[in-house]
Amino acid sequence: MKYFGFIWKNVWRKKIRTSLTILSVFVAFLLFALLSAIGYAFKSGVDVADAERLIVIDKITLINPLPMAYKNRIAATEGVHSVTHSSWFGGYYQDPRVQFPQFPTEPYEYFSMYPELKMPQEQLDGWARNRQGAVIGRELAEQYSLKVGDRIPIQATIWTKADGGRTWEFDIEGIFETEDPRGSTAFLLFQYDYFEEARAFGKGSVGWYILRVSPDSDPVQVGNAIDLQFANSPNETETSTEAAFSQSFARQFGNIALIVTLILGAVFFTLLLVSGNTMSQSVRERISELAVLKTLGFSDRLVLGTVLSESILIMLLGGLLGLGVGWLLVQGAAQAMGAFLPGIFLSSQAILTAIAVMIGAGIVAGIFPALQAMRLSIIDALARA
Amino acid sequence: MSETLATLTGVSKTYQKGKEKVEVLHNLDLEIARGDFIAIMGPSGSGKTTLLNLLGGLDKPTSGTVDVGGAEISSMSNSQLSRWRSTNIGFIFQFYNLLPVLTAQKNVELPLLLTNFSGSERAHRAGVALGIVGLEGRTDHYPRELSGGQEQRVAIARAIVSDPSLLLCDEPTGDLDRETTSEILKLLQILNREHGKTIMMVTHDAQAAEYANHILICDKGTLERQEAA
Ligand SMILES: Nc1ncnc2c1ncn2[C@@H]1O[C@H](COP(=O)(O)OP(=O)(O)O)[C@@H](O)[C@H]1O
Ligand SMILES: [Mg+2]
Repeated sequence: MKYFGFIWKNVWRKKIRTSLTILSVFVAFLLFALLSAIGYAFKSGVDVADAERLIVIDKITLINPLPMAYKNRIAATEGVHSVTHSSWFGGYYQDPRVQFPQFPTEPYEYFSMYPELKMPQEQLDGWARNRQGAVIGRELAEQYSLKVGDRIPIQATIWTKADGGRTWEFDIEGIFETEDPRGSTAFLLFQYDYFEEARAFGKGSVGWYILRVSPDSDPVQVGNAIDLQFANSPNETETSTEAAFSQSFARQFGNIALIVTLILGAVFFTLLLVSGNTMSQSVRERISELAVLKTLGFSDRLVLGTVLSESILIMLLGGLLGLGVGWLLVQGAAQAMGAFLPGIFLSSQAILTAIAVMIGAGIVAGIFPALQAMRLSIIDALARA
Repeated sequence: MSETLATLTGVSKTYQKGKEKVEVLHNLDLEIARGDFIAIMGPSGSGKTTLLNLLGGLDKPTSGTVDVGGAEISSMSNSQLSRWRSTNIGFIFQFYNLLPVLTAQKNVELPLLLTNFSGSERAHRAGVALGIVGLEGRTDHYPRELSGGQEQRVAIARAIVSDPSLLLCDEPTGDLDRETTSEILKLLQILNREHGKTIMMVTHDAQAAEYANHILICDKGTLERQEAA
């Protein structure tokens, strides 16, 4: 550590050159942060998915509702542990352009279906008691400064009420969180009973069913058994695991991941050229200084270490700055569009990877100049000066 | 009469220049007494710098042995030599060779980084060395903000900060005007007389050589002793 001041001074020997190099490192790691956060968002659906949860949708299209009557038949299917349902409400709060999802569902069933969602029991009970009650996720509560006891009007875009009104008012009875840092909580849940009673059309149907298979059952067999039951009915079903559901979604972005990797590869290759060039220039222009250090008794290894440290320090300076700004931008993006891209998140894994890449790139960019400095012959260098 | 600090025995140094072998030093024997101040003169290319390099453990003889302060440095490994140099030898060059990115103070502290001294101890010792060379007021200046004479004083402070017994000076006044030259030489004389440093100084300047106790003439690979006036 006592060499830090010396290394620091050497890093800034040519201020403009060092600044430009750091800027290019900064840009590379900013890109890295943003792209890995986006990549993470696309991947997270798959990771969050629970393999024992199945989703039953209409075979033709997700938009077609399924009859309410299916619920008991699904529940009676062998291997089904529990079942609930949900629907797409598609309303907006305050601003039509800024939407977050709302789902009518069954309070107790939904929360036992998604054990990763956490809410105090008395809030869940309160919601179950209040027909017009709703619960929201922590993200929404923070974004709109909502709290338990508030009344929140949601403007319907699909579901007009039987009385012709478009405004659905809910009492916020609870605020839930998720244990999974990548899961979104930017959505609202309200009682299906209220939805069913008050809507103008579509009565007796739900959007989709969600079920949990018994631990000793094979999810694929259970899914097939359900779909078989409803074969040749007006509403044939398609049952898939949550993971498969997310995977098919994620696969569409597989090519994006490849492109991202290629871009990052090109950026980092350029980065190595730029910083490698900076380091070799820096060593070349102070051959005699390095010879003096050795004359004073700096060992070959110490000379190697100081030059290599300079290179790593440049990478860390630019890299941590890029990562920091990237993190801020990702936080901002998560706020702005967290509801639609849940899990946009700079994971600690990504941060550790980035830091490892900084150190690695610092070594790669600096190793040849550092070896050159280490192998330098004092007398040749001093004679040349 | 006095104690011997360094002994060269049968030292030859041959350089390979392309296909040719050039013998720069030929079978030299030399004893350097502790506390001596020796000027080395001689034509360009006669091997003066080579001689200092051998004494300072920067280079090894092709044959023969070099003994300094009881250590046979001609048989040490490179890493042993670099550790040995850090405490036993102070180098002073014609062009000062300060590090431009460091202040005078930090240049002088540089050799102390290799020791176990604390930061404040390093600063203190560097301050003392800068005091000896008369530069207390310039410690925060960068080399480019100093005159040639001041730069050479910083270099001298750096050479003495780890308290070596032998100072090797290669044309230390070669880049300075007359007046500054005599200031630097007086400073070396003080280091020799009051601080007991043994000094080997290469110079082209007969007047500079007068500050030394002896003059060695280096020519065609041999040394000839000449008593000072
Ligand atoms: N590293 C080296 N490789 C080849 N020849 C060298 C080297 N160093 C010095 N020489 C040669 O050795 C001779 C003596 O050099 P040097 O000791 O520097 O002389 P001086 O200091 O007396 O001018 C010169 O002819 C020089 O060219
Ligand atoms: Mg010379």
